[in-house]
Amino acid sequence: MRKLLLYFTLAVIGIIMLYPLLWLFGASFKSNDEIFTTIWFMPKSIDTDVYKNAWETVTPYTMGHYFINTFMIIIPKTVFAVLSSVLVAYGFARFDFPLKKFFFALLMCGMLMPSIVTVMPMYRMWSSLGLLDTYIPLTLPSLFACEGMFVFILIQFLKKVPREFDEAARIDGCGTLKTLFLVLMPCIRPAVISIAVFTFLWTMNDFLSPLIMIQSVEKYPLSLALRLSVDSTGQGYEQRKIIAMAVIGLIPSVAVFALAQKKFISGITAGGLSG
Amino acid sequence: MKSRIYRNPVGVSRFTGLLLILPFIIGAILFIIYPFVCSFIVGLKDGSGDLGFDNYKNIMSDSNYRQTAAVTFKYTAFLVPLKLAVSLLVALLLNCELKGIGIFRTAFYIPSILGSNLAVIIMWQYLFTSNGLVNQLLGVIGIAPVGWYGDPDKAIFIIVLLRLWEFGSTMVIFLAALRDIPNELYYAAKVDGCGSIKAFFHITLPQLKNIIFINLVLQTIAAMQEFNAPYMITGGGPLGSTRTIGMYIYDEMFRYGDEGTANAVSWLLFTLIGAVVILLYRFTEKLRRD
Repeated sequence: MRKLLLYFTLAVIGIIMLYPLLWLFGASFKSNDEIFTTIWFMPKSIDTDVYKNAWETVTPYTMGHYFINTFMIIIPKTVFAVLSSVLVAYGFARFDFPLKKFFFALLMCGMLMPSIVTVMPMYRMWSSLGLLDTYIPLTLPSLFACEGMFVFILIQFLKKVPREFDEAARIDGCGTLKTLFLVLMPCIRPAVISIAVFTFLWTMNDFLSPLIMIQSVEKYPLSLALRLSVDSTGQGYEQRKIIAMAVIGLIPSVAVFALAQKKFISGITAGGLSG
Repeated sequence: MKSRIYRNPVGVSRFTGLLLILPFIIGAILFIIYPFVCSFIVGLKDGSGDLGFDNYKNIMSDSNYRQTAAVTFKYTAFLVPLKLAVSLLVALLLNCELKGIGIFRTAFYIPSILGSNLAVIIMWQYLFTSNGLVNQLLGVIGIAPVGWYGDPDKAIFIIVLLRLWEFGSTMVIFLAALRDIPNELYYAAKVDGCGSIKAFFHITLPQLKNIIFINLVLQTIAAMQEFNAPYMITGGGPLGSTRTIGMYIYDEMFRYGDEGTANAVSWLLFTLIGAVVILLYRFTEKLRRD
């Protein structure tokens, strides 16, 4: 009986959590009239042409173009973030060096610092370097382990790997970096995957930085292209086209999450903030 | 966190570690210390380029700023306790060995990974239109449609509900902490004749107090910086009732081109957040120790 009640409660919460997304998908096939009069997500008829239209967008470029732009930001950013965070976490977790406590405190401060404070001076800096409207302001900072949380997660994971592993590697003739990449990296794989997935998702979701740094439509990532489409269509416009664009825009995030889901959640729960 | 003290392996210089964290040292200078100092200095420059606290004085007497500050506090005060309560409750429900529980965990987590994704923002916008899904559902249980976008008292709840719907990230942190509570504590309580509600208040809550505090701080910092959702969903309206400090900063900088004011406000926001975090720390000090 208690079990049944629990399942029921969980199912109700599950519906609240997922129905809006299901509704969005259904609404991409509905006429304006149907969107605003029916609660049930299933459309009366399914016509896949709307997705063909949505792919063309209301801007001069196709969704494909914006996808490529987005990935031109995401791929370097993810590689940079993983590499730099792993190096820095390794330094903190395994070595002693001067001013270690100070730098660790700085890392923590960076985590608590509101991004809104740094965004304005960053804009100024990139603009004086003449790098606005390029992807450098969006990708380059990741090369410097700027996301304190990532370093923190990795440190937690590295601490759980026995130090004997390092010693054994050293005896076998591995240098500092070789030990990290050949011996330790495989042990902390869930954490590395979490970081890569987080970088992917956060970049997909990021809106403020591209809004500030990128001006030409040609270089827009997906988020700005979606906003442009919303802004340039009125109330009477065929809503399903916008909705279909939104659905297409959600696919990468949902797909990446679905693929990495198991490792990703274990990465945040095991390392993250617990303990 | 205490870093354990140990010696480096033989043959490793004490600068190896420093070399490894070099990216962070450069990053900290370029992306933490520099912007921090720079925004303070720019914030001191008024229209004529003189240094002083004129910008701060002007902001303080600007009724628009005061409204955005009030909105930001109201939003934070509604959202953060609600979100913590919901995530803790759901984490408690999920902290059991039922068949298929993993599916629920994943399902509840999905909205939070979508965060401020424009697609979700667009979806949310549709849900709350006058004949949108939310009002249609309210109609089913006999509640008259609510003018979400037109009512200055209600518009903020569109944003609150969006962020509440994304409670998954907080929930996962609670869930991990719940798993770390030793089962022996509950067995002992059971032997002593302790009911589950009593066990919650005497075992679960005290064991979680540090994690609750961490979540409280993280969520407060995030809520006080809110920009994306009000900017896209309500545009700050109606009558500025959803205009947050983040939006004020953005408008000053990119709509009115007033860099001095924008930087001064971002410093004000930083100090406000710092003050709130310190207050929270003080207020919960006793609770966390007992």
